[in-house]
Amino acid sequence: MSLDLKFTYTEKKDTRSGFGDGFLEAGRRNPNVVGLCADLIGSLKMGDFQKEFPDRFFQTGIAEANMIGLAAGMAIGGKIPFAGTFANFATGRVYDQIRQSVAYSDKNVKICASHAGLTLGEDGATHQILEDLGMMKMLPHMTVINPCDYNQTKAATLAIAEHEGPVYLRFGRPSWPIFTPADQKFEIGKAWKMIDGKDVTIFATGHLVWEAVVAEAMLRQEGIHAEVINIHTIKPLDEEAILESVKKTGCAVSAEEHQINGGLGDSIAQTLIRHNPAPLEYVGVNDSFGESGTPTQLLEKYGLNAENIVKAAKRALARK
Amino acid sequence: MKKQSIEELQKICTQLRRDVLRMVHAVQSGHPGAPLGCAEFFVALYFDQLHHNPDFQMDGKGEDLFFLSNGHLSAGWYSVLARSGYFPVEELKTFRKLNSRLQGHPATHEHLPGIRVASGSLGQGLSVAIGTAQAKKLNGDDKLVYLLMGDGELQEGQVWEAAMYAAHYGVDNLIATVDYNGQQIDGPTTKVMDLKNLKAKWEAFGWEVIETKNGNDLKSVIEGLELAKSLTGKGKPVMNLLYTEMGYGVDFMVGTHKWHGSPPNDEQLAKALGQLEETLGDY
Repeated sequence: MSLDLKFTYTEKKDTRSGFGDGFLEAGRRNPNVVGLCADLIGSLKMGDFQKEFPDRFFQTGIAEANMIGLAAGMAIGGKIPFAGTFANFATGRVYDQIRQSVAYSDKNVKICASHAGLTLGEDGATHQILEDLGMMKMLPHMTVINPCDYNQTKAATLAIAEHEGPVYLRFGRPSWPIFTPADQKFEIGKAWKMIDGKDVTIFATGHLVWEAVVAEAMLRQEGIHAEVINIHTIKPLDEEAILESVKKTGCAVSAEEHQINGGLGDSIAQTLIRHNPAPLEYVGVNDSFGESGTPTQLLEKYGLNAENIVKAAKRALARK
Repeated sequence: MKKQSIEELQKICTQLRRDVLRMVHAVQSGHPGAPLGCAEFFVALYFDQLHHNPDFQMDGKGEDLFFLSNGHLSAGWYSVLARSGYFPVEELKTFRKLNSRLQGHPATHEHLPGIRVASGSLGQGLSVAIGTAQAKKLNGDDKLVYLLMGDGELQEGQVWEAAMYAAHYGVDNLIATVDYNGQQIDGPTTKVMDLKNLKAKWEAFGWEVIETKNGNDLKSVIEGLELAKSLTGKGKPVMNLLYTEMGYGVDFMVGTHKWHGSPPNDEQLAKALGQLEETLGDY
């Protein structure tokens, strides 16, 4: 059964490459942009920047705590440091360093976190962090961004270089559909309504925005018109866009490659409960660690793919 | 900045010690021991060594910068910052009180001039200082970055990540000082977690290491910092092992960890102040 998708793609690419290409472009635009990486330059796609600007790039070795402190110090000296490593090591491992030297000290540091979530795949649960958005959004001063595809990640990378203040930018490893435009303008904190609908709103972030686009087409075949909103910025959250949509649809689904506890869904629930209580169903990982497998297998097993978004949308509709 | 005589500088040290004791006494909290032991270092640095501008700019371009990694020495740092003109001396009375810029541990959040990063959670300052030193190099700024950290703090692993990094990159515009007083909250470092041969450790990590054997003698401290400065620009980061006595300047506080994080009561304060002449006027 073919789906009538509102967004389509001709090419797949990893979001980390969007970061790498955006980072290089940011470096060309602003000589104050510098890079740091803890022995994962190839994985983070930071190699092109390093090659073009060797004096502005710092290999830190396998020492993430030091890397965060170095980045804070470079920010003091007027630089715009992009510190890259896997999301697991960029958050949980260095939470206190980020908290004290970056967030509390309000330093213009960009924490660039790849290989986030289950779609990291075969490396398994040690590396599949599903708690990073929660940890980062809890920090005062921190901006938290989780773009959905190559193009949006590249645009987000360029946008955070222009933004003054600490940022957590989350992206991933798998080859993923490129379904957003190359020339998009990325506005931090501004949700993007991708598909208009009237029955239920799907708020999705990261890789699951694509699953939400697929879910919308599946629902439409059954006569259910879902609105799809791309929440690329988890914090600050675009509460206005959320409330406006749910006011129209009356129920919602949140979809993220993250624990339900502390994730995007939690933030949306807080917003709804304070202003406009409405049924909300969560698509996310339910208090468990991941495991080895392919991204597709893992999204299916842990209930994060389009089919699960469809089910959640129907549950939300039934509660209206 | 006009150079002051050792006698004049000594008066500032005495006043700093009075400030520290009165500050922690007033709120019955804080850490008097280590700042008493580092008075000579703070004064030598701010009144003799640093090329700095009390008209505070966060990026500190064109001036020497100082970072305090062992943030619990805040009372001593606040005193020397105020006494060298960063903010009014009167403000010392707000230390650790509600709505103050003088937080229990140093912070940038309230925009206190002189402070560039929060500290207190130990082991982070060296990394920040190295990053700032590298930014100076990128900016073509030939001024230096100074840092103070505690000896107990060296038990934190991040310090050694930073030590390895600074040597690898030849960050030679950095002078790190360790307050080598041999004491930490739970007791002597030899008993809590023995640091063993610190000089050999830092040398093995690729640093130029000097020892300032009498860290409570102003002349020795200044000579040590002069020597350290002469070793900058030669491809290696510089480590100054500063031997001090915790609680120095007050006979019943010296040489013990007992006053690490405990304030004096009224009677103890009076007795301590009796040993420290009011030289510049209390706040």
